[in-house]
Amino acid sequence: MSGAAAVASVPAPVRRSTMERRRLWALWGSYAALAVFVVTFLVPPYYVLATSLKTDADIAAQVGNPWLIHHVTFQNYIDLFMMPNFRGYFLNSAMIAAVTVSVSMVISVMAAYGLSRLGFKGSAVLGSGVFLTYLIPDSLLFIPLFQVVRMLGLINKVWCLALIYPTLAVPFCTWIMIGYFGSIPKELDEVALIDGAGYLRTLWSIFIPVALPGIIAATIFAFTVSWGEFLYPIAYLYSSDQKVLTVGIAGDLIRGDVFQWGKIMAGCVIAAAPPIVIYAFLMDYYIAGLTAGATKG
Amino acid sequence: MADGSPVAADPPSRVRRRRSGMRRLLQRRSTVGVLFCLPMIVLIGGLVLYPACYALYLAMLNRRMTQFVGLGNFAFLLQRQTFRLVIFQSCLFAVSAVLLKAFFGFILAHLMSNIPSGRQRIWRGLLLVPWVIPLALSTLGWWWLFDPSYSAFNYVLQDLGFAPIPWLGVAWPARLCMITVNVWFGTSFFMIMYLAALKSVPEQLYEAASIDGAGTFQKMFYITVPMIRNIISVTVLYSLIVTFSNFDIVRILTNGGPEDKTHVFATYAFQVGIQSGDIPLGASVSLFMFPLLAVFAYFVLRNVTRRGKEMAL
Repeated sequence: MSGAAAVASVPAPVRRSTMERRRLWALWGSYAALAVFVVTFLVPPYYVLATSLKTDADIAAQVGNPWLIHHVTFQNYIDLFMMPNFRGYFLNSAMIAAVTVSVSMVISVMAAYGLSRLGFKGSAVLGSGVFLTYLIPDSLLFIPLFQVVRMLGLINKVWCLALIYPTLAVPFCTWIMIGYFGSIPKELDEVALIDGAGYLRTLWSIFIPVALPGIIAATIFAFTVSWGEFLYPIAYLYSSDQKVLTVGIAGDLIRGDVFQWGKIMAGCVIAAAPPIVIYAFLMDYYIAGLTAGATKG
Repeated sequence: MADGSPVAADPPSRVRRRRSGMRRLLQRRSTVGVLFCLPMIVLIGGLVLYPACYALYLAMLNRRMTQFVGLGNFAFLLQRQTFRLVIFQSCLFAVSAVLLKAFFGFILAHLMSNIPSGRQRIWRGLLLVPWVIPLALSTLGWWWLFDPSYSAFNYVLQDLGFAPIPWLGVAWPARLCMITVNVWFGTSFFMIMYLAALKSVPEQLYEAASIDGAGTFQKMFYITVPMIRNIISVTVLYSLIVTFSNFDIVRILTNGGPEDKTHVFATYAFQVGIQSGDIPLGASVSLFMFPLLAVFAYFVLRNVTRRGKEMAL
């Protein structure tokens, strides 16, 4: 019996091995191509990091390979943290991000609950409207908003950003939350309402805990938007003590034609660190937030 | 999305026939719904809709905002050579960058789906880094890479025996640099969207096609592309909107130079409206984006809601 089985299976391994070999080639080919992409993608971040660790003399020397670090130094980072202006930018960015995230999350969670559960006349239209506002870019509105901010007396006041940033975060966060709330079974909140819980209590103790992944994804989105926004701060803020990181780094470190490249790059590394750290720890939520726009209806 | 609306959409006569307590509950429910949405309505009404309408009004004033000039600003802009170049550059920038992003993103997504899913995590993590760094900061890094006297790219070129390129000093290289930075930034977003879409294609379709003798490319064009067409179009349209209205890259890399030959709508509006202080003209520049953006947005919304309906069925 074993002999018959052996005879019968002779041709099979040969065929499988060619197929396996082809699959192996495809696999290693994919790895190689991916590696090329990864290296290409990481060239600019690497170069920023490398420059930030160089001495000013090495950067200016123009001799030797600029891709290598000849003398590693942390002087640029130390200098930056000694600069009161830079500490101010960081604090401003952090404050604005904290306010933006909390305000946007409260507004959008409430709106998403209202839109997905407490249907009212026009809630469907409002839902589509929210999605449309997400598609309105900042560069379409920054000039009329300049007038609005000026009328409110908030030009060159960092707090004007806390007022405006929620408009960038709320539409998409609401959209994400509508998707997550929609996946919660209706029976759950009906039971809560029958048991005498109010709408706010139902939202707080049922919807928010159950839709926590959505809350995290939306929070990450609100944070990245507010941390990385460039157009509004460059248009509305001009004194050093009111600027945020994205505009402060280039603006303050470039005096005339003197570029302090080491410090600029160190500033970029510090400013890019918070989003990257969040991303490193919460990648899945980050990606869920990214894809929610198109894959959640 | 409109899960709750059928309750409120009941014809009033039927509602009236029910117990009055139920009616009150329904009424209360929809009132509460409005209340829950009120902060968002106020925010979007006050800081998105009102400015959008205000922009229309602003664009029809003269420079000192004392006189109504109708469509004068738009006509004035269209006569200027610089502005015609802005239109050309914006379209060139958006279309070529989006096509390249869509192409490379498609390739990357397929490469990723070739490798075992356990290994995908780390590769995806590395590939998404350009998307995670705030664009204004990574563009500063690119700016330093393109620096006229210290460019690290030119070092490599000279090492290989080529002449150095004035990356940002001449119109066409500068335009290509802008596109490169945008493609670098956005390709991984396309990859992530495609990957999510690819996972939704049932494996049996590919098996059935294999049995029928379909090759790799046949599978791609007759199964993959039709199945994920909706997500492709949503992603492309969304990316067109974002790329078309991009500000950060051009502002940091070239600030419109050399000789205004790299301006796009957003940076030109900034220069005219904020830096030169001609608010009405700046508003008209950015309003030129509106018709195109509105068309794109309409199609995105249509595709997204259609997809939502498909999923609900």
